Amino acid sequence: MEARRKFSVKAFIKANGVPIMFFILCGLGVLASGKPIGFLMQEAIGRMARNSFLVLSLVVPIVAGLGLNFAIVLGAMAGQAGLIAVAAAKIRGLMGLFTAILVAFPLALLLGWTAGTIMNKAKGREMIAGMILGFFMNGVYMLVFLFGAGTVLPIKDPAMILPQGYGLRNTVDLQVIKWSLDNLLKVRIGPVSLPLATFAASALLSWGIVKLFSTKLGQDMRAVGQDLRIAEVAGIKVDRTRMIAMLLSTVLGSIGQIIFLQNIGTLNVYDSHGQTATFAIAALLVGGATVTKATVGQALLGTFMFHLLFIVSPYAGQNLLGSAMVGEYFRAFIAYAVIAFSLALHSLQRSRMAVRR
Amino acid sequence: MSAKERVLKTVSDLGLPRLTVILFLIALFVLGAVRGVPVVDLISNSIGRFAMNAMLTLSMVPAIQCGIGPNFGLPVGIIAGLLGLVISMEFGLTGFTGLFTAMALGILLGVVFGVLYGHLLNRVKGQEMMVGTYVGFAIVSGMCMFWLLMPFKNPRLIWTLGGEGLRVTISLSDFFSNVLDNLLAIRVGTFRFPTGLVLFIAAVAVLYRLFEYSRLGTAMDLAGQNEQFARAAGISVEKMRVAGTALSTAMGALGIVLYAQSYGFVQLYTAPLMMAFPAVAAVLIGGATPRTASISNAIIGTLMFQTLLAITVPVTQSVIGGDISEIVRLIVSNGMVIYALTRGQGGGNNGS
Repeated sequence: MEARRKFSVKAFIKANGVPIMFFILCGLGVLASGKPIGFLMQEAIGRMARNSFLVLSLVVPIVAGLGLNFAIVLGAMAGQAGLIAVAAAKIRGLMGLFTAILVAFPLALLLGWTAGTIMNKAKGREMIAGMILGFFMNGVYMLVFLFGAGTVLPIKDPAMILPQGYGLRNTVDLQVIKWSLDNLLKVRIGPVSLPLATFAASALLSWGIVKLFSTKLGQDMRAVGQDLRIAEVAGIKVDRTRMIAMLLSTVLGSIGQIIFLQNIGTLNVYDSHGQTATFAIAALLVGGATVTKATVGQALLGTFMFHLLFIVSPYAGQNLLGSAMVGEYFRAFIAYAVIAFSLALHSLQRSRMAVRR
Repeated sequence: MSAKERVLKTVSDLGLPRLTVILFLIALFVLGAVRGVPVVDLISNSIGRFAMNAMLTLSMVPAIQCGIGPNFGLPVGIIAGLLGLVISMEFGLTGFTGLFTAMALGILLGVVFGVLYGHLLNRVKGQEMMVGTYVGFAIVSGMCMFWLLMPFKNPRLIWTLGGEGLRVTISLSDFFSNVLDNLLAIRVGTFRFPTGLVLFIAAVAVLYRLFEYSRLGTAMDLAGQNEQFARAAGISVEKMRVAGTALSTAMGALGIVLYAQSYGFVQLYTAPLMMAFPAVAAVLIGGATPRTASISNAIIGTLMFQTLLAITVPVTQSVIGGDISEIVRLIVSNGMVIYALTRGQGGGNNGS
């Protein structure tokens, strides 16, 4: 009995190595930062509210076998296009938020279709294709908003357009929809205020994802994710299923970016989407997800821990090494390293399995 | 073969993206000439940028040949080269002494890093590009802390007042900026040809061609072309992949030293983060695929890609009055990579 118990503890640690390591890292970071827990919780909860939707939008493609969706940037771009439209038309509050989602929707579908088509042609290298596609679309995005805004797109507001008469300025003020979701239902518990409406959106999405996987479509996705060939033989339309997963992820990503930016309050037109994929993916992996397995719980846990570490590392760097910059470089390093580690681990396990076969 | 068939064959051999780049280049040159942009300057500028970047692109060739695909982990080599540069500068070495010390240190560290990195890539077959990209990102951001915390003392390298660690950009003008460029350089009016650097790159290219005919070179190529066949011929595929990766990483280190001496500045911290992508794009534009590459692919590709970037700025500036070079760079280079990734099936390890 004792031996069996010991074995299971070992197995638990082995199966959850990344989250456990991160939990310890977070704990040390919190101690080293020397900040009161209340302050840290407030910050972490605020960041969790605005980021968890984006992280959750990565779950479906992983289950469908497309790996970590680096093309989520495309969804973010669609969301930002929606926000730019709302800011130009000056539609306020919740109405503005929904208009932004509505404008972003067809764009996200189009971009998601592009990503899906490319990934179906690049099976086995979906992740690198998705990442490069993100860079490529960033070029298109810049072309549209640097040269299209004010010429083709009817944006006239001099606060948004560069002095030359066309092209969007670097920052767009999102005052019209700032905190429209966060402030809808805010509850204070001690020193911490909870934006319940924003959490409700994430909760709704979590519920939706869980429900999806109990439907026929969700089961198909699982089958495709486990083995393409077997799914094909079983009569599942593989390419179509993968395409649906990409469309879903991109549309959800656009909504996620809108939720994220309604909290931030300003849009850095050419910059806000730059790190979206890296940070969302790193957060998901921190929660214990892998290239082939992800759950809603891992997404939420990962978002919380990743962002807690994000908050404490500059303070910890300041206290331990006398430099806040070290902490900032450290958190960028952690984000990249956790992705590199997970990718390597995944390929390692797969090649071991291939040898066993 | 009729003329029409010949044209069609050329088009399909070149591939649509490559043809687009060529046509775009021609159009830009014509447009520039019509708009009165000094064509001599354009050519001089293109050659300068070509020489600056050629070695970084050449480093892709051994990587592709040994079977790891385009080396997205190029920053590993770049970091080695940067370490060589700052160590050489820390000792206050100038002129050719400084440059060659930086090169030697960079190549040495590049081989060491490359062997380690090659062993990692052997364990992640089939995902080398993705793992390489993020290993590169992680090393660059990890090194940011190193640049900040290491006790460098030379006042020309560190912030004099109020800052901590090495400077973000260090000028090479007191050390060895342009020493190789200016060696035997040809100057006619505004036209400038960096003879020394071009000769150096040509020498490396010739050496590499000779290496390709050597036992190791052919074995490495075979390992990349067909693993099973190579194994049957008694070649250790794993060893060849490590050798190719180490060679690529060392060439990347050499590449950044040449780049810095030509540019006149050493850029630390996050500057190397995205440097793999233009090199990957250039070799693909030159006609390489993720499975096959040659020295000429790298040379032609760099020439085309850098010429495109060099002439986009002045020409589009004169036509529409705005700078679209960044946009052209993003669309052309990444478009090329996507095209290469979506064509044909890659290694036998793909798919689940």
